[in-house]
Parts: sequence; C-alpha cells; structure tokens
Amino acid sequence: MAQHTADQYYVPHGTKWPIVGSLGMITMLGGAAFWVNDYSLAPWAFAVGALILIYMMFGWFGQVIRESEAGLYNAQVDTSFRMGMMWFIFSEVMFFACFFGALFYARMFSVPWLGGEGTGASTNELLWQGYDAVWPTAGPAQLGGPFRTIPAFGVPFINTLILLSSGVTVTLAHHALKKDHRKGLVLWLLATVALGFVFVFLQVEEYKEAYQQLGLTLGSGIYGSTFFMLTGFHGMHVTLGAIMLTVIAIRSMRGHFKPEHHFGFEAVAWYWHFVDVVWLGLFLFVYVY
Amino acid sequence: MSIEHTHGHDHESHAAHDDHHDHKPTGFLNRWLFTTNHKDIGTLYLVFALLMFFTGGAMAMVIRAELFMPGLQLVEPDFFNQMTTMHALIMVFGAVMPAWVGFANWMIPMMIGAPDMALPRMNNWSFWILPFAFAMLLSTLLMDSGGPAAGWTLYPPLSLQGGQSFAFVVFAVHMMGISSIMGSINVIATILNMRAPGMSLLKMPLFVWTWLITAFLLIAVMPVLAGAVTMLLTDHFFGTSFFNAAGGGDPVMFQHIFWFFGHPEVYIMILPAFGVVSEIIPTFARKPLFGYTAMVYATASIAFLSFIVWAHHMFTVGMPLTGELYFMYATMLIAVPTGVKVFNWVSTMWQGSMTFETPMLFAIGFVVLFTIGGLSGLMLAITAADLQYHDTYFVVAHFHYVLVPGSVFALMAGAYYWLPKWTGHMYSEKWGKIHFWISAISVNILFFPQHYLGLAGMPRRIPDYSTQFADFNMISSIGGFIFGASQLIFVGVILHCVYKSREAASGRVWEGARGLEWILSSPPPYHSFNTPPVIDATTVAHAGEAH
Repeated sequence: MAQHTADQYYVPHGTKWPIVGSLGMITMLGGAAFWVNDYSLAPWAFAVGALILIYMMFGWFGQVIRESEAGLYNAQVDTSFRMGMMWFIFSEVMFFACFFGALFYARMFSVPWLGGEGTGASTNELLWQGYDAVWPTAGPAQLGGPFRTIPAFGVPFINTLILLSSGVTVTLAHHALKKDHRKGLVLWLLATVALGFVFVFLQVEEYKEAYQQLGLTLGSGIYGSTFFMLTGFHGMHVTLGAIMLTVIAIRSMRGHFKPEHHFGFEAVAWYWHFVDVVWLGLFLFVYVY
Repeated sequence: MSIEHTHGHDHESHAAHDDHHDHKPTGFLNRWLFTTNHKDIGTLYLVFALLMFFTGGAMAMVIRAELFMPGLQLVEPDFFNQMTTMHALIMVFGAVMPAWVGFANWMIPMMIGAPDMALPRMNNWSFWILPFAFAMLLSTLLMDSGGPAAGWTLYPPLSLQGGQSFAFVVFAVHMMGISSIMGSINVIATILNMRAPGMSLLKMPLFVWTWLITAFLLIAVMPVLAGAVTMLLTDHFFGTSFFNAAGGGDPVMFQHIFWFFGHPEVYIMILPAFGVVSEIIPTFARKPLFGYTAMVYATASIAFLSFIVWAHHMFTVGMPLTGELYFMYATMLIAVPTGVKVFNWVSTMWQGSMTFETPMLFAIGFVVLFTIGGLSGLMLAITAADLQYHDTYFVVAHFHYVLVPGSVFALMAGAYYWLPKWTGHMYSEKWGKIHFWISAISVNILFFPQHYLGLAGMPRRIPDYSTQFADFNMISSIGGFIFGASQLIFVGVILHCVYKSREAASGRVWEGARGLEWILSSPPPYHSFNTPPVIDATTVAHAGEAH
C-alpha cells in the first residue's frame, strides 16, 4: 500500500461507524430518558444502546489502529490526532469546572446567604430562622437527614497516593517505550492499570460506607449533591481511563507502538494525567477543606 | 482498540486511498451517510439547518398569529409556552449553529489550502448526531405532557416542573453539545494543522479567524451547559439539591452557570457572521479589508470579554450591588471591539468602487441592522435601566435584531456569495434582490415595533396582552408573516441555482474576490487541494499585511 509522504495530503475513506455511533447514542439516551420516566422496557433500550456504542468503539478504533499499523498515517495526521485529544481534554476540564463552580458557589454564596449573611438577612429571618450555615451542610431543611463526612486522611489520602503513583508508572512505561524496552513498557503499564482499578475499588468501598454507615447520600442536600457528582463523574472518568490503559497494555503486548510513533499511548497517558489532576482538585476542595 | 488485530484487515481498510481522491463515492448511502468529505458534510449541515430554520420559523408564525390580537384565540397558553421554548432551542441549536458549521466545513479547507478537514470521520459523526438529537427534541411535542415550556434557558424551579418531556430535552441538549464539541475540535485542528505552507495565521481570511475563535468558545462552554442540564436532571430525578434552597443550593446558581455558557453562546452565533461580512464587503467594495489585524484582535477581545459579562442577563435576580456594577461596566467594554469592527466595515466601503449584488446587499443590511441590535444591547447593559427593560419585548427586539438581520442575514449573504462557487451556476440576481428587499423591510416591520412594546412594559413569553399594546403587535405580526413567507423565495433561488440555472460561474465568480477558494474551479474538485497551493499576493487577500 502506498505510503503517504509529508508533501501529500491524506484523507480517510468513508465508514459506517459514525452512523452506528449515532444510532447507539439515541438508543442509549432515549432509553435513559424513558427510564427516568419509569417505563419498564427502558433499561433494555439503554443497555442495547450502550452495547451498540461499545461495538462502534471496537469497530472504529480497530479500523484506525489497523490503518495506523499499516503505516497509512503521515506526520500531519498524527498532529491532527494530537490536537484532537488535547482539545477533547480541554472540554473535559470545562465539564469538571462546571461542577467545581457549583461547589464554590454553594460554599461562598448560597449557603452563607441562607444563613443570613450579606443580602440574605431577611431570607434567613423569614424562611430559615435559626439555620446555622456551616459547611458541610444538607441545607436549612436538613434534606436527607443527618450525615457524617468521609475524613480526608483515610481512604481519600490513600487514593491520592495511588493516583499519583500511577502517574509515575505510566511515565516510566512511556520512557521504556521510547527506549524500545518492550518488557518494561508492558510491566509498567500493567502496574498502572492495577493502580487504576484499585482506586476504583476503594472509591466503591467509600461509597458503600457513605451510604450504609455515614448517612451520606446523593440526597444529602448540597453537600451530598456536590460530593457525589464530583467524585462520581471523576470515578467514571478513572474507570474509563483504566479501560483505555488496559487496551493500550494489550496492544503493547501485541507489539503495537514504535519508539517514535505511538500517539495512542500518549493520548491515554494524557487522559490519565488529566484524571489525576482533577483528583488533586477534588482531594483539596471536597475532602480536605 | 482492536484486540482482534491478528485476524487481519477487513476490506474497508484495504480501499486504496489514492485512487478515489478525485472521485465521488457511488451510491446514496456511501455518499451521504458514510461520507468523509468536507463539502458533502457541509451540504448536509446547510440543508439540515435550512429545514430547522423553517421548523423554528413555523413556530414563530404560531407565536405571531396568537399575538396578532389581544385575547386568547388560537392556542392554549401552555402550547404557546412550548412554542416560544422550542422556537428558541431549534433556531439556536438547530438552525444558526449548524448553518455556521456548514459554512465552516465548506469554506475553511478551501480557504486555507487543505484537502479536507483534519478529522474527516469525526466530522461525519458531528453532523449525524444532529438529526437524532432534533428528532428526540421534536418528539416531545407529541408526548402527553407536551414539549418543554419553561423557556430555552430552562430556569429551575419552573423547568423542573415539566412533565415527561424534561429528560428528553436534557439528553437532546447533551447530544447537541457532543456534536458541537467534536465539530469545534475538528475546526481548530484543521486551522492549526492543515494550512498550506506559507499561509501564516495573519494571512488567513477573516472567516477562518472568526471560526477559530468561535470553535474555542464552543469547546469552552458547551461542556458547561452539559454540566448545568445534568444538574437539572439529577435535581429532578435523583434527589440532588443544586438548585433547591431547602438543601442549601440556589436556583440563581443555575442562572449563573447557564449564562456562563449562554453569553459566549450568543457570540458563537455572531462571530462567524462577522467573518463572512468581512469577506463580502471587500469583494464588492473592491478594496482590501480596512484594518485586518485590528479585526482579528477585536474578534479575540470580544471572545475574551464574553466570558466575564454573563450576569448582565440577571440584573433583576438580586445580585450584590458591586456585582451589578462590575457586570455593567464589563458589558459596556464590548462596545469597543465591536465598534472597531463596524467602523472597519464602513471604512472598507469608503471610496470603494462598490456594486450591490445580493451578497453585498445582505452584508450592508447586516452592518446597519446588527448595529441597531448592538446599540439596544448597550441600553440593556445599563443596570438601572435594565431593571425596567428586563423580560420585556425590548429584550426580544434586541436579540432578534442581532440574530435575524444579524446572524441570519450574514448566513444569507454568505449563501448568495458562495452559491456560485458551490454549484458552478449563478443564482438569479433578480430574485435574490427581491428576497433581500422584502426581507430587509419586513424584518424591521416585525422587530422594530417590539422596542416600543417593551419600553411600554409588555412582558415577553405571555400569550395575551393589554389592549394598549394591540396596534404595535398587529404591525409586528404582519411583518412577521411577510418575513416568514419571503424566506420561501430563498429556497426557490437555491433550488433554481442548483437544478435549473444554465449560467455557468467562473472560478473567481466575483471580480473583486480574493482568497484561495476562488483559484479553484466552480464547482471545486471533490477534494479541494491534493497538493498545497502557492500562497502569495495574487492568491490571498492579506498576503502583504502584518509584515
């Protein structure tokens, strides 16, 4: 097959995967919408949609990987992929910024105002007399009942260490790949995957404790809302990242990636570092302060 | 993620890429469903946007018909609210934004000397999410609860009281957001990575510049909207308290988050319009754009300011006074870069040898009428005055002036400007001009009286009104019906140009046109540039500047 050189442009041929992805997306999200409206068959639609999306990802990524391994992509295509991943991560940063914004707004403004600070004096006097606005709070109506919070320097701190170490191990894997040290690459990647899944496991245990022993739930007022939305979306991203790392590890075992050409590896590594940085924000502003 | 790698290549990946660079794929599905071609995807976007323009327009006709006279005559108040909500959602996310993405797809690769977009398959997906998203959104009108009726801004607690439709709207918005983010990533990667050698950033056409900045805005704020509607969803169905004061949250927090998205969003709809107008006016004034570099910096300044002015949409919710003052002054700052633009367009025309073909008419209409909308925006920026104007028809008049004779006129201008390039045929100049004059006159009959209605105190989003507002409402409705009907002329002109016109267009099309798209034939080859074109003063408009 013809190698594409730098002075010639590369345009991929058409593919069915995008339209398959759209069908999966509408089936899954339509199923979700019926589900929250209590239609009995909706969970099945949701599951079918999710399966179609997974099928699409296997098919689409598989096609791209085969084309890449066949040497079809030139340096310009590589740069396009890199830019695509970087801007995708930027969009994810903004998604988390939205929930951090909600947390800061609640802590800086809405809770103190309900407690009578600033322009909220009459709100407190007339509606929520006696509400003592101290964080953490389930709000003046104590929605969800009394709860206790998860101490920062227990499991969350261990999880911080786990994620930070996994950032180191993925970097060691990268260095091994650049030196064409295949064994090191695979081993460090597997270590990263293991750390990622241990994090997810501990997070699940923490949720169980919160629900069963601490009385802390999604319905525990603004504290429960911000706590579970931030850690929940982060946990979903860690899970996704760990799955991506697993795929990269399997590909490494099959001999994919070259020391000078391994965008797939780097994209996953960037994503993993992003998830790591979000966690540091979470650890500071959700658990410690 | 091919774990089945060793099982070999399927036939798709064996297709010889070099072979079909200059051939269109055969078969309807191959061509339109599986396409990776920027022109085909651009056409899909534009046709979809036009369909949505008429869908949203039909809803506007229902609104204007109900408001033709005082009293309730045609529709139930709840259905009226569904119409105002859906009209806005469809026009913003279904008509104006996809239309601009369609222009971006068609023009950016040609303008920068590229063969296609940087990520052509993702480009296909960006488009093909939209028909599904809007099918989901429109399907809510058929549900027992009816469609969403709390306004496109989806403010809680009202939006949380919607019925079945609510979750469908949230997920439809998610899908539109995913589509926009992928489309924008593609635009940025294309502009930063696919420019022909020699096409430095400050030689790029202004349309490319405005889209680069628009795409940045989209990637920055669409995820914020996604987060906001996700919080609505969990507040409604999963017991969270983000927007519930009893749980320590605040409904006003939603407004802050929404408008952090919403204000950049309105610039997302207008910045590409600035770009198109900055292409058209130099062509028909036969002079280079006045102050090209200043235009680039002004666009960037507007984009920056758009992130720090959001609460001017919320002056009446009870913000601290310092907040109101800050947002007032920050908002007024936007007048400076916007003024730079308006003066530059006027200066470009100054002493030019102007002709007034249809694209130029729409572009001049844009400059004049958009400026009216900009000035009423300044009036709204004054906090003390806004307390009076807020949620009245004055606001409706303001944003329709910037969106209809603003964004939509620029879309029309661009469509007439590039139709001969796209199709290889000239459109009917006579009918184009008729379309312009009827549109330009009727749009003012439609929206200008709404300023007076708002100043006199008529609230927006209400199906009935006091008899004192009757005359201006009737005038506005008549203008609305004429404007709506006159858009059918546009469709006629397009269909004629595509299917019937016998007058072949030259490559350059317009005598004064400069830029890489004009050195290609009309219609251009399926893959615009297979090898990078030469960039010099004979091919691009701004080759000599900024050096």
